[in-house]
Amino acid sequence: MYGLGLIKGLGVTLKHFIETYLDDIRWLGRRYYREGAIAERQGPNARGVFTVQYPEEKLPVPEEFRYIPFLVYEDGKDGDRELRCTSCGICAKVCPPQCIWITRSNDPETGRPIPSPTKFFIDIDICMNCGLCAEFCPFDAIKMDHDYELASYDRLADHIFNKERLSKSVSYYQSIRPTNHAFEEAKRAEKEAAKEAKRKAR
Amino acid sequence: MSEDTNQMITNVLADRFPGVIKPDEREGYEGYVIESERLIEFAQAIRDELGYDYLSSVTGVDYLPDDKIEVVYHAYRSEGGSALVFKVQAPRAEATVPSLVSVFPGADFQEREAWDLLGIRFDGHPNLRRILMWEGFHGHPLRKDWEEPYFVEPGKPFKNRWPEGEAIRSEEKKSFKKNVQYPSEFSPDGWIPEDDKALYSGMVQLGAQDSGNGRTLETDQIIVNLGPQHPSTHGVFRMVVSLDGEEIADLQPVVGYLHRNHEKIGERNTYIMNMPFTDRLDYLASMGNNFAYALTVEKLMGIKPPERADYIRVMMAELTRIVSHLFSIGTLLNDLGAFFTPMLYALTERELVLDVFEAVSGSRMMCNYFRFGGVARDLPEGVLERVRDLVTERLPRKIDELDTYLTDNEIVRTRTIGIGILTREQAIAYSAAGPVLRASGVEYDVRRAEPYSIYDRLSFDIAVRHNGDIYDRYLVRLEEIRQSLRILQQVVRDIPDGEIQTGKSQYQVRVPSGESYGRVENPKGELGFYIVSDGNPNPWRYHIRSPSFINLTSFGEICKGHKIADVVGILGSIDIVLGEVDR
Repeated sequence: MYGLGLIKGLGVTLKHFIETYLDDIRWLGRRYYREGAIAERQGPNARGVFTVQYPEEKLPVPEEFRYIPFLVYEDGKDGDRELRCTSCGICAKVCPPQCIWITRSNDPETGRPIPSPTKFFIDIDICMNCGLCAEFCPFDAIKMDHDYELASYDRLADHIFNKERLSKSVSYYQSIRPTNHAFEEAKRAEKEAAKEAKRKAR
Repeated sequence: MSEDTNQMITNVLADRFPGVIKPDEREGYEGYVIESERLIEFAQAIRDELGYDYLSSVTGVDYLPDDKIEVVYHAYRSEGGSALVFKVQAPRAEATVPSLVSVFPGADFQEREAWDLLGIRFDGHPNLRRILMWEGFHGHPLRKDWEEPYFVEPGKPFKNRWPEGEAIRSEEKKSFKKNVQYPSEFSPDGWIPEDDKALYSGMVQLGAQDSGNGRTLETDQIIVNLGPQHPSTHGVFRMVVSLDGEEIADLQPVVGYLHRNHEKIGERNTYIMNMPFTDRLDYLASMGNNFAYALTVEKLMGIKPPERADYIRVMMAELTRIVSHLFSIGTLLNDLGAFFTPMLYALTERELVLDVFEAVSGSRMMCNYFRFGGVARDLPEGVLERVRDLVTERLPRKIDELDTYLTDNEIVRTRTIGIGILTREQAIAYSAAGPVLRASGVEYDVRRAEPYSIYDRLSFDIAVRHNGDIYDRYLVRLEEIRQSLRILQQVVRDIPDGEIQTGKSQYQVRVPSGESYGRVENPKGELGFYIVSDGNPNPWRYHIRSPSFINLTSFGEICKGHKIADVVGILGSIDIVLGEVDR
């Protein structure tokens, strides 16, 4: 019969329409702003309304999520920040759009380079969030952030991040990437232990 | 290609063309070098006698040190098998080679691109105008001695970034209006593009004297510009349509509004740096782009990824296909006027797949997940289970629902059946690829025609339909989603444990000199990368055979005779992504 396909199709729309209301009843008005609600609403068994009330609600980001790199620092003895960065320049060399600029420190007396950057810039207008810098950093000193709300009013003043702006503590890193952090720490401990064993053997 | 057939072809060709063809004997190169005077004859011979009827890729390479320009052709048999590569050479100063459009109409846009970017003149090309750059542009950007306005150095990494880097903006060095080059006699303010006139006058117009169209209603001849800002074009894309009343007499696509000279950027980049750039080609299928690029470079390096990495790669590529086809079906229905309901049903499922991509690679669309000899990281915990749930339960159910919803719908059928027909012969001649080719009855899928990765051990069928209209393209896509689900079910069942990277992942890979052409079946069609290495950290030539771009070659032809309202639907069924068309 002509029109049967149309009716069948409309049946699908109707089903979706009704499902939305059934789903509403199931949630009893607690669909939004509730722990774990998004995961269920957008999970593989989702039915009904799929959307998120941004900015009141935000999608949780997975651990591997990457957005604009930051420099990891450890807290020193008297509260000063000790950047892990040794200014080896691998991140600047691998960066596809070349948005990383590093000035290496030189010892004022000998003129030899010392492993710490005097200046470190990332032009976030140019950064393409590819994550290669974090991937290839041998010192786990540069990592990808989870903070994606970086809008600002003045692109000329605010969009080249300097060393201060880029530095974030290792505890922050641990909070956003617990698995990676634990993995790296374990690896480092293993290396230390191997070194220790070697020294003792000698 | 096996040694025997290779030898046979060499013999046949050597007999036919004594002294005209010689094997390319440079280290790491393949194929034959042809005398350019006999090129057309040669092309006819391989098409008619040897069955190489599908000219996949045409591109040029500028060999500056040898003062030569080389045009490289990759031809295939439409029943499958590996490539017949042939080349012609010309001096740089006077780069002219015969055009192959008369033998392979699919060479049309690709030759125009080679003229535009490399300055190779194709003798006998019916319409050799710029295609990607704007009409007043000065020079040919892919020539090795051409430098872009923000030129720093021939190759990355730039030396001013480290160890004495001090951030500056390029726009501060060269402000707006100083960042373009043009001849001194040219005035940008008084310039009227002459090319538009040439474009309009070159189009078929039935002419006032020919208004006797057999109907009582008098019709007008007009030229309409659809786009570049038309919402149906899914981006910035212009169609110049010559109309007779409502009927289309001729149509010319005008592209390049999103052009960024991806290939020049690629030649400045090191090999690994190109990986995130490939994401931006067909941005709905970034994993597929990664796949093709990784395969091509791996071919040059002579490495293979471990088993688990191969499975992960195929898993990602097939999920990408599902996502891309869902998007394509959704937008096609949008174009037909079913405003946003089917689109949003499709997008809901897409979101669930993108969640997987985000968990695995860190980004929903710009995945940058593949590495040479493996993938960037192993699957995080829980992802495999999520994929399993999706591909065994939710997605099959939802695809069936989409099928019920759309396939028998009378309005969809009336709008699509018999519209935009591309015949089998046309499809092959115009080098159409992917679902567009398969909807025209050609059973050609790179995953089967020349299997890569682990596709030879997976069971799936090639989706083929025979009418070549919009409806069949839609059905082919729907069927391909089902076949992808079938592949994914096998992959999640069989995926082995183990390493995900051959050797150590390096930020500076060593790529021996030579050429390589790698291709995969991307959702839009055959995506190929042609890379020439000279042993340096940066590729000497980096070319993309982009399916969206080449599928547009036949677009004008299949629109002829239809109503202007159908153009939107036909374009939707070809499924272009402008990031890949314009590169």
